[in-house]
Amino acid sequence: MSDTSRLWVFLAASPLFWLTATVAAYAAADWLSQAANRNPLVNPVLIAVLLLAALLTLTHTPYEVYFEGAQFVHFLLGPATVALAVPLHRNWETVRRALPPIFAALGAGAITAVISAVGIAWAFGAPFDVLASLAPKSVTAAIAMGISQEIGGNPALTATLVISTGVLGAIMVTPLMNALGLTDYRARGFAAGVASHGIGTARAFQVDPLAGTFAGIALGLNGLLTALIVPVMIGWLR
Amino acid sequence: MLHAILILLGCQLVGEVLARGLALPVPGPVIGMALLFAALQGRARLRTKAVDMGTLPLGAAAAFLLANLSLLFVPAGTGIIRQTAVLTAHGPGLIIALVGSTALTLIVTALVFVAVARRTDSKPETERKS
Repeated sequence: MSDTSRLWVFLAASPLFWLTATVAAYAAADWLSQAANRNPLVNPVLIAVLLLAALLTLTHTPYEVYFEGAQFVHFLLGPATVALAVPLHRNWETVRRALPPIFAALGAGAITAVISAVGIAWAFGAPFDVLASLAPKSVTAAIAMGISQEIGGNPALTATLVISTGVLGAIMVTPLMNALGLTDYRARGFAAGVASHGIGTARAFQVDPLAGTFAGIALGLNGLLTALIVPVMIGWLR
Repeated sequence: MLHAILILLGCQLVGEVLARGLALPVPGPVIGMALLFAALQGRARLRTKAVDMGTLPLGAAAAFLLANLSLLFVPAGTGIIRQTAVLTAHGPGLIIALVGSTALTLIVTALVFVAVARRTDSKPETERKS
């Protein structure tokens, strides 16, 4: 075995390499996103994921080996969720005054997300377990997988649908809101959080801090409301 | 910075314990967020002259994490690449459902928000008078 291949065998199995690769892929993706003037189509999550997926495929690395290193980044999702309390606290006066639109938009958005997703897939003839996996797709992965399990869906499929929804929402929110002529960053951020959870929230923080704050509120509230309404609504399909 | 990390991890830990102990349908970190928010509101009420969050280590740590929130979804996102077959296995229906539903949810949420905000935005002042 040559020295380089021996070095590779060592690196490929080490958490350090895949942790560095994750941060490097994201740094490259974020640089591209900045170079494109934060054009929503140049989504940093999507680009970093494609880069890493290509690297894993080329090096025949199993996802489990990759995750040994990437888990340190993944773990920070918990503290980052807690950290949402800080902008919420700093903008509390603005948020408190917007409570009526917040709750109206939350109710309308949560119900639209479930009915439209399940309705379209049902019209295309998707079986019940796929509909059940799809119903909670707009909420954060941990809550969505729990709901999916409870109502007879497939949690692994739900995780895929949740992340796809997040990336789609992050890409679509800016052009859609511009097309509608909506300039209220509270409304734009809140919509991003309701429709596409944390990845939509990440996009909102990239655009405007107030939009990010409202997206964070939407992410938390929609997780709660969806967990309550999906088990009831899916019962109508049985 | 050490205290900021301890505060964030501590809130998450207590959140996880409450979520499991009381079998709540909400993940631990979301409860941790509620706890930290309550603590920050309480602190502002007790110490009206308290320095602004932005200058404190906790404010800096939160700003750093949230500015790089996209990075934190990359490991989970890479995991779903293995699952793309299930998206296409169900034909175009599932993809159309995702795109259509996400667009519709964004539009309905934002329009309802703006419509209600138009009626209520100036209300708090009149409510205080009455």
